[in-house]
Amino acid sequence: MEKSFFNTIADALRNWLMNGLGFSDTAAQLTATAIWTLVVILFILMNLIVLVWLERKFSAFFQQRRGPNRLGPAGFLQFPVDIVKVLGKEDIIPANADKTVFKIASTCLFITTILAWAVIPLGDGVILADLNIGLFYFLAIGSTATVSLMMGGFSSNNKYSLIGGMRTVAQMISYEIPMIFSLLGVVMMVGSLRLSDVVAAQQNMWFIVPQAIAFLVYFVATVAETNRGPFDLAEGEQELVAGYFTEYSGIRYAIWMIAEYGNLVAVSTIASIMFLGGWNAPFGLTFIPGFVWLLLKIYFMIFLFMWVKWTYPRIRIDHLMHFGWKFLIPVSLANILVTGIGIYVYRLIIG
Amino acid sequence: MLKTQELTLNLGPHHPSTHGVFRCVLNLEGEYIQKAVNHLGYLHRGIEKLAESRTYTQFIPYNGRLDYVAGMLNEWTYVHAVEKLMGITEEIPERAQYIRVILGELQRLASHAIYIASMALDVAGATAWFYGFRDRDEILDLLEMVSGQRLMPNYMRIGGVAADLPEGFIEKCQALIDEFPNRIAEQEGILIGNEIFQARVKNVGPISKEMALDYGLTGPNLRASGVDTDLRRDEPYGIYDRFDFKVPVGEKGDTFDRVLVRIEEMKESVKIVKKALRDIPEGPVMAKVPKVIKPPVGEVYSRIENAKGHLGFHIVSDGSTKPYRLRIYSPCFVNIGIFPEMAKGIHLMDAVVALASLDIVLGEIDR
Repeated sequence: MEKSFFNTIADALRNWLMNGLGFSDTAAQLTATAIWTLVVILFILMNLIVLVWLERKFSAFFQQRRGPNRLGPAGFLQFPVDIVKVLGKEDIIPANADKTVFKIASTCLFITTILAWAVIPLGDGVILADLNIGLFYFLAIGSTATVSLMMGGFSSNNKYSLIGGMRTVAQMISYEIPMIFSLLGVVMMVGSLRLSDVVAAQQNMWFIVPQAIAFLVYFVATVAETNRGPFDLAEGEQELVAGYFTEYSGIRYAIWMIAEYGNLVAVSTIASIMFLGGWNAPFGLTFIPGFVWLLLKIYFMIFLFMWVKWTYPRIRIDHLMHFGWKFLIPVSLANILVTGIGIYVYRLIIG
Repeated sequence: MLKTQELTLNLGPHHPSTHGVFRCVLNLEGEYIQKAVNHLGYLHRGIEKLAESRTYTQFIPYNGRLDYVAGMLNEWTYVHAVEKLMGITEEIPERAQYIRVILGELQRLASHAIYIASMALDVAGATAWFYGFRDRDEILDLLEMVSGQRLMPNYMRIGGVAADLPEGFIEKCQALIDEFPNRIAEQEGILIGNEIFQARVKNVGPISKEMALDYGLTGPNLRASGVDTDLRRDEPYGIYDRFDFKVPVGEKGDTFDRVLVRIEEMKESVKIVKKALRDIPEGPVMAKVPKVIKPPVGEVYSRIENAKGHLGFHIVSDGSTKPYRLRIYSPCFVNIGIFPEMAKGIHLMDAVVALASLDIVLGEIDR
């Protein structure tokens, strides 16, 4: 495979650090990693600008409104201006809150988001660490997000926050299981947890075709994992005001939002890589570079998430639990069984 | 040793889904409500007392401040009571009667549109919420045409209405009314038929027939529990005896029935407005009433089918230009009384939906 645009830049950077500035091998590696981390953070933030704008425009479109249209072209600069406004707000910490936990909770969620991005490729070879257990790492890091949400809900010393935090834990733990099971089918077919291997295995056929059920299960479970409607019970503004971040204000509140949108992009990317062929071009349209295809697929997934959110009312918590445990988990287990039998039969025939 | 503790949660007065400054103290066991206690009075403005220092005509605009999503119907109730006190109900001109029916039913449509919309919002269906408010906004445009105001029209007068319909009103109203069934169908498509919505509202907060009668519920909430009653049909006021309409009645009295009854009522209201627009005669819009209104000594109680139930005015006159005492029987106040009973033992998420299904307006509860 030929090197992509990003790899060329990375190589040039490393060469310049080692030969131009006389860095040792390790120092050059560390510096390159630091720069790449910065790029990831920037990528999340840049996505955020587009995402918030898209979310507002889509919801306005669904609801027969215009949406933001004053700042910048079609209101595109609304979000950066909002962030500037939020930065000027007072940072209120409730009097009886657990101050340390309260302060670090939102940052903790943001850290897990960035850590998860370490193994997510944005194109062929455009990856910070191409681990051979990449997918496993992603899921493990993703499940620690629950802790920070609980921290936020628990430390605020607000009853609404507490109920919101409790709901989050119940919901996220329940929906993590079908999410992992749904990805297992793909892993069985590929035989590897490395994300670049998964993409390479989809040269001829995207896994959404043989694993359609898994894709649907994954989609539903990730809606719950990212706390978006119709599964946004943790926020539940109708009964819980804002759930676990009721007491947050200013930039701490903004960090919650940034982390949530970062998670949304992360799960959409994983969906594109696992089911939609990653950076493989469909219909042989290879003149468009791989990372453009990947971005298009990511944004298609995000559009699906937004479409669902702005169409459906919120589901009730006991219905949510029933749906997760009694429907999604059996379906995803059945999918694993069928996939296993399929692979066995396939090997038997091929020999 | 672990032990559980009851959680006391203050729902309101500043809470997104109490529909105003209603406060309810909930005792929660987990997320299930053990006990709910209503606290009212945050919007008390002393309107009944104010009436004693205003002349009969001066009090008309205050009615729009009662149930502020159905101002026209409140005004109608009030002027109807004063007309009954003066004994001039028969002298109201035909055209004024038709105008009252048209505007009253439009207001009912607007109020029910808000009901469906806020119901949607309380189950977090923000899109259906905007649809409802769009429909209501177009009705408010019509009210603005006739009265110059959208929420508090101050249009009804003792003996008729303030002015004739403006030019182009009939055509605009006709166009909206012809379009309205499609709007209702749209709402049914995105909200009522939705499986998640039905799961959220079916069997939530059921009110049995006996319980509804015991608590004195009126209007759509009572009809949803299976009691066939409608003042427009049972005690026709104005010219309602000329209209033929069905009174939708629910079966189980749960939240879903309360929503369906309102949807059906909207369809009936559309029919009434259609017929009224067809039959409306030419002529004066104001009866010959004295400039200074001095009803004879006596008292009157008059009630009308408001969008939320029976709205009643009890007026005591001492023969002067101001009422000696004015008392408002508010349907919302009665309806909210059943909430603690409904909330017992249900989930917090359901309680919010049950509260929304009662269709309360705090302006009328606290007065």
